[in-house]
Amino acid sequence: MTRSTHALLSLDHISLSFKGVKAITDISFNVQAGEICALIGPNGAGKSSLLNVINGVYRPQRGSVRFDGNAYRRMNPYHAAHSGIARTFQNIALFRRMSVLDNVLTGRNLHRRSTWLEQTLRVGRARGDETAQRRYAEVVIDALDLQRFRHTAVGTLPYGVQKRVELARALAAEPRLLLLDEPMAGMNADEKRAMAGYVLDANRQFGVTVVLIEHDIGVVMDLSDHVVVLDYGKKIADGAPADIRGNPDVLAAYLGTRH
Amino acid sequence: MEFFLEVLVGGLLAGVMYSMVAIGFVLIYKASGVFNFAQGSMVLFGALTYVSLVERQVNPVLAFGVTLAALVLIAVLIGRLVLRPLVNRPPIVLFMATLGLSFILEGAAQLFWGAQVHGLALGIDDKPLNLAGIMISQFDIFAAATAGALVLALSLLTRRMRLGLSLRAVADDPLAALAVGVRLPRVWAIVWALAGFVSLVAGLLWGARLGVQFSLSLVVLKALPVLIIGGFSSIGGAIVGGLLIGAPEKLAEVYVGTLLGGGIENWFPYLLAMLFLLARPAGLFGEPAVERV
Repeated sequence: MTRSTHALLSLDHISLSFKGVKAITDISFNVQAGEICALIGPNGAGKSSLLNVINGVYRPQRGSVRFDGNAYRRMNPYHAAHSGIARTFQNIALFRRMSVLDNVLTGRNLHRRSTWLEQTLRVGRARGDETAQRRYAEVVIDALDLQRFRHTAVGTLPYGVQKRVELARALAAEPRLLLLDEPMAGMNADEKRAMAGYVLDANRQFGVTVVLIEHDIGVVMDLSDHVVVLDYGKKIADGAPADIRGNPDVLAAYLGTRH
Repeated sequence: MEFFLEVLVGGLLAGVMYSMVAIGFVLIYKASGVFNFAQGSMVLFGALTYVSLVERQVNPVLAFGVTLAALVLIAVLIGRLVLRPLVNRPPIVLFMATLGLSFILEGAAQLFWGAQVHGLALGIDDKPLNLAGIMISQFDIFAAATAGALVLALSLLTRRMRLGLSLRAVADDPLAALAVGVRLPRVWAIVWALAGFVSLVAGLLWGARLGVQFSLSLVVLKALPVLIIGGFSSIGGAIVGGLLIGAPEKLAEVYVGTLLGGGIENWFPYLLAMLFLLARPAGLFGEPAVERV
């Protein structure tokens, strides 16, 4: 995939506080279209809050977010989903009683073109629509090797598989930006490697720009094109993985020699 | 034998009347995972508004439209003022909110229309009809036909449409539903408006039977055993549950009641429901709880 040079997402001087407690202070950075950008930092550094700002769960007190050329201060998750931002959650937020296929199909919701009347009466665009959604859902299910769980209720699946289903649901929406909140949390080394592979596939095969939060530095360095390091709600480093590795501020934050 | 069939058919049709009330519960349970305590008040509110308008010489069709509009407005308000602030709270919190809601609706109905008992005539006689030697109430047949049409429309709506998938998604995890682009306020409004419509129809049918009065909100108690047997999350289940309550209830009254001094149809459904709870807690068509341990 050729990498275009314009920033798909830029954060401009974002500050967010909860009742006076500062979660994010004056953070700016760009995410280029087509790259995998990792947000790293110790617990409580503001990584999840930042992700929540990007997809509109939180509204920053200051600063603005620019996605695909449109700047916004007020955004809600619904509009975020419509403009092409999909996400997964730190604590898996799947529809537990629904099958894997149905979960993935909810991701296709935004792409249905038929009206409710057509769907109810199964006329007009409804039939073709249904097959088209189903076909795309199968593409995603294949890509993430979820075929044998297709009709299993999500709540009964192992944790690692659930994480993959969540990724599948997000990918099914054909997003341009994918936000992954700790996609590999609680996994062993093998599972992490597999998951990293799926994230890479998502990035290359589906052409999705990815912003992910991850604690495993080894995984982050291998996987990402760009790393942003947060500490105490501030950005302390921003650059290619190789540059980050030797950055004294980053080492200090992780080893805790300062503060 | 003919007598047995008459009681059986009469019971089945009475069961359909219970199902009508139960369907309102199912709709809301499907979309928010909460038992809506205010369903009975919605039944009362709908019937009372309709009957009061008709008594003021409003054309019945117009009265139906106005009442429906009021119920849709209430649905939208509930979404905005009750459901939105309570999103992602445990079901018990929502349940308590619907408890409060039921008092508000009953109070509002009383405030607007007073507390008298109103007679309601829908223009269908409650006279028995002779069908192949079996006497069946005309009104019961009308009620059953209405319920049948309603169920057909609702199941088409919720099964084929993406609304069905959205409903289950919203009930399962509202925030995740929001993140995949489900319009939460719209789904809430649609579901509560549908429940309002069903409760209006149920209120009119029951109101024609019992008179429109405050005890109308108590018919929901008869919907409970129906829900337990049919399952809280299935519209078809509500119908089957209604039939499984209605027929045994009447048969038991006629054939067993005499041995016990009568009046057993008042508690027999609850006995059935308790037996069901022991054998099949999720009901016949309910979704069993999925838990990975």
